[in-house]
Amino acid sequence: MEMYVLLGFVLLLSIFLGLELISKVPSTLHTPLMSGANAISGIALVGALMLSSAGQMQDILAFGAILFASINVFGGYLVTNRMLSMFKKK
Amino acid sequence: MENLANIQVIQNMIYIISSVMFILGIKMLGKEATAVKGNYLSALAMFFAVAITCLSLEIDIKLILAGVLLGGLIGSLIAVKVKMTAIPEMVALFNGFGGLATFLIAWSQFNEPDNSMFQHVLVMLTIYIGGITFSGSLIAYGKLSEKLKLGKGSMITNVFISFFYLSMPTLIYVVIEPSLAGFVPQVPSYFSIFLVLTLMAGIGFVMPIGGGDMPVVISLLNSLSGIAAAFAGLLLLNNVLIVAGSLVGASGLILTIIMAKAMNRTITNILFVGYASSGQAASSEEQGEVKPITSDDAYLILENASSVLVVPGYGMAVAQAQHVVREMGELLEDNGTEVKYGIHPVAGRMPGHMNVLLAEANVSYDLLAEPDDVNPSMDTIDVAIVIGANDVVNPSATEEEGSPIYGMPILEVHNAKTVFVLKRSMSSGFAGVQNPLFFRENTRMLFGDAKESIGQIVAEFKD
Repeated sequence: MEMYVLLGFVLLLSIFLGLELISKVPSTLHTPLMSGANAISGIALVGALMLSSAGQMQDILAFGAILFASINVFGGYLVTNRMLSMFKKK
Repeated sequence: MENLANIQVIQNMIYIISSVMFILGIKMLGKEATAVKGNYLSALAMFFAVAITCLSLEIDIKLILAGVLLGGLIGSLIAVKVKMTAIPEMVALFNGFGGLATFLIAWSQFNEPDNSMFQHVLVMLTIYIGGITFSGSLIAYGKLSEKLKLGKGSMITNVFISFFYLSMPTLIYVVIEPSLAGFVPQVPSYFSIFLVLTLMAGIGFVMPIGGGDMPVVISLLNSLSGIAAAFAGLLLLNNVLIVAGSLVGASGLILTIIMAKAMNRTITNILFVGYASSGQAASSEEQGEVKPITSDDAYLILENASSVLVVPGYGMAVAQAQHVVREMGELLEDNGTEVKYGIHPVAGRMPGHMNVLLAEANVSYDLLAEPDDVNPSMDTIDVAIVIGANDVVNPSATEEEGSPIYGMPILEVHNAKTVFVLKRSMSSGFAGVQNPLFFRENTRMLFGDAKESIGQIVAEFKD
């Protein structure tokens, strides 16, 4: 239980940090920011890799989680990069 | 045994380092000059976190490689092939896959023996948020790509909405289910029912929300996918998941609030009420005559203008007119005219949609201005060209108290000396409110396809 209290603390602080970091972003960057954040939510891949393997059902679930999180990670970062490379100042 | 403990220490240290990199990455992503590097940094953080996790694996490495390679291939292909105009739906789709991954992770954890009460609650919450993110994002994808036309009021939508409301008491039931054991008979296979109902609920959540409100929905779904990942982190006791997930949750939340503010509506109004029932259509009657103009006349006026403001909306995206708009802007500049682009935060179908389109067409981003920048000096603008935008330039928002959109910050183009409105027909905008701008003394309507109309003006300039 102590562990959860500690991690809950990390959770709250991170949310506050996130709110502070992003509160003043120019609207030009709204889409890349959203897309970049979306790629970060692919961190679920780390969670998927931590799953245990006991039986076929668990393997299927783990494979699915890894597959979809990977699509999120690769697709998210590449699309963000493509978008950002278009933003130019003359 | 000692070896394993060592690995855990190393893993946690790398997790802390990648958490810091994520934080810096997202901070850099918020500034134009550093955004590209910020994205690289966050990708590098992802690589470290994933690589170090691979030191202690229970799953078959072949399964992992297959999943990562296949997923990486699919994701990369979509990302490289997709047209820039299809970005909103792509973001929705990727977001949905992230939600699905957390959904599956929590499902897998449910199958583990000896979950504590707290873990049980977390499993259910993660499944619920992840599942709603997944199916909701798929519906958003369908709506944005215009493959799904069902909206508010249709029979099917109502069925799914009832699933959404049904899912909430079900969530409470599955959360307290273990403590009910012995008091009430257990519902067989309640977990499977919950899984299905959650996915249905996500559909019911997004389906009734209209196209113009999509910027809010996308930001919110983005936020939810982060929160789901953070909960999965609590479940698996993994701090990098918690930090990264919370950052995404927070950034999505801020975007959601910015979008809602730009429409002067509350988030609950957008999600659960919608425009149709939020006010009487006060100014829907016709208000005089519109004055059409031809592209030839429009060209003559533009040729003599010394300052021009271009206001793009969703119509520009539909007509794919961004390239020809940029061309016209350049020709005007060559002609000695000062050109700016007025971008409303909710123009288009996702936050920053117009910025991306204009960037794709090579418009320099320092020419793009927000409403607060251009509104004070609007009366010095010779010509404001409204391209497929409607509600974001509707003067009712500032002048007419009974209007459903009253109070919404707009681009006050009606104060410019002349306004050109490029439009296909006289239909009203997403909000269903008639736009008095079209009937103003200083407004000229240029009917037709925006790409063709501007193309003609460009051709005149070249002659």
